[in-house]
Amino acid sequence: MREILTVLESDAHASSERIATLTGIDEATVREQVAAWEASGVIRRYKAVVDWDRFGDERVTAFVDVTVAPERGRGFDDVAERIARFREIRAVHLVSGAQDLRVEVEGASMKEVADFVAQKLSGIDRVTATSTHFLLRRYKDDGQLLTDPEPDQRLSVTP
Amino acid sequence: MSTPQKPFSRVVEAIPPSGIRKFFDLAQSMQGVISLGVGEPDFPTPWSAREAAIHALEHGATTYTSNSGLLELREAVTDDLADRYGVRYRAADECLVTSGVSEGLDLTLRALLNPGDEVIVPEPCYVAYQPCVAFAGGVPVPVALDPGDAYRLDPAIIGAAITENTKAILFGSPSNPTGSAQSAADIEALAALAREHDLWLLSDEIYDRLTYHGTHTPVSAAAWERTVLLGGFSKSYAMTGWRVGYVCAPEPLAQLMHRIHQYTMLCAPHMSQIAALEAMRTAQDDVDEMVADYDRRRRLFSKGLDELGLTCPVPGGAFYVFPSITATGMSSEEFAEGLLTQEKVAVVPGNVFGPSGEGHVRCSYATALPQLEQALERISRFIGS
Ligand SMILES: Cc1ncc(COP(=O)(O)O)c(C=O)c1O
Repeated sequence: MREILTVLESDAHASSERIATLTGIDEATVREQVAAWEASGVIRRYKAVVDWDRFGDERVTAFVDVTVAPERGRGFDDVAERIARFREIRAVHLVSGAQDLRVEVEGASMKEVADFVAQKLSGIDRVTATSTHFLLRRYKDDGQLLTDPEPDQRLSVTP
Repeated sequence: MSTPQKPFSRVVEAIPPSGIRKFFDLAQSMQGVISLGVGEPDFPTPWSAREAAIHALEHGATTYTSNSGLLELREAVTDDLADRYGVRYRAADECLVTSGVSEGLDLTLRALLNPGDEVIVPEPCYVAYQPCVAFAGGVPVPVALDPGDAYRLDPAIIGAAITENTKAILFGSPSNPTGSAQSAADIEALAALAREHDLWLLSDEIYDRLTYHGTHTPVSAAAWERTVLLGGFSKSYAMTGWRVGYVCAPEPLAQLMHRIHQYTMLCAPHMSQIAALEAMRTAQDDVDEMVADYDRRRRLFSKGLDELGLTCPVPGGAFYVFPSITATGMSSEEFAEGLLTQEKVAVVPGNVFGPSGEGHVRCSYATALPQLEQALERISRFIGS
């Protein structure tokens, strides 16, 4: 059954028929299992992995380390959730180390991101400091290498 | 000036060049070919192994190693065989690191054979088996397996070829070119046959990790005392270009092989041995992923061929399917040549693996899914035309 998910993870478009062919599990079972996973939330949603740069959209991403004065009894949760609700925020993680939260901010320009950090993020109650790192180039994302694939160097017919 | 007029080695001159060569030359001269003719993985070597070799080069691993190979690698190999299969070889004197299974096979045959000794070679089989027997002074005795019986190593067929000169049976499971993986019961029966006639079993297990129905059965589990286990990294770890493999055998034979190796190869490449060790230690997940990927391609491709009327038993191992093309009325060579020139898909005609491979072609599915699907379309067009 796990195999079904492996196929879908690399090709969300795969039809039940195709999944059945690739895994050897019969098609009706595939269909039922996928429906059950959709219902239970094992499959959250189907998405396309878009390379916006290639599309021509210039987007700017920054990773911001956020230092937070935790709240008595609530720890970091309230602040983290407040930050997470902003449309500009792509990801929020509580991390170990000198800072507390590591968040990913996305905007249309460097100025937009910088303004967001200065005016919104650092102004949130209990946020005591931020440190912003603009992303210059992605080499690997979501387990996927973004560099050009290595050329196939095999000879075309070998024993 | 001419070269000396005295004859070359009669043994070597008598061996024809590999039939694969012709297709290689033709395919190589064309553009836009989808090749199903490749006998090696399409994955690059797992990065951890490549990185370890780079590091090793930076730190001077550019020397010979001991003749037997790095002890750590031999220990990793023998421990792994014990873990996976329960067969135990001593790293010290029953395991030799070689420049691929290719060298291991050559050493085995040279250490074992006296002129005139016969080696039974069930076919269709890997192209090097019979020439290597001949190069070592032996007499290859090809025995045709039955395609109708999924190329099973039927002890009755093999037993019928045994004479008083027979010394060994040489075979590989999972098989190149058929993809068939022998059952534990057939291996047991073969072991009994070998015991009865006092024969060696030369077992090429280079595809042992690439099995899809259940697990591989090592021949040594059935007949340790008379088995030579040839194993490698080329296929399972996608390391064909590194030239590293191993051979395990009972001590008296292993020592003779060591003797040849120490005077001929000296040792397998040092940096390749380091890469192989790292692969064994860290690349298991990569191997599992590659196997899962081959498995999906195998299902898709053999189903596609079946739907085209090119019947093939779903192969149990390696990365080959060996469909029958007799329904097209063509010979293997006509089919392969026509498919290449008309539709630009390269496959290998079955007869290069032995006469019983006639009527079949070998297709390798070590190729990305979209290309396999495109190849199926082209094959469909070819046989429809
Ligand atoms: C059955 C079989 N044995 C041995 C070899 C050669 O292996 P190595 O690269 O370890 O010399 C191959 C390669 O195609 C093979 O298919």
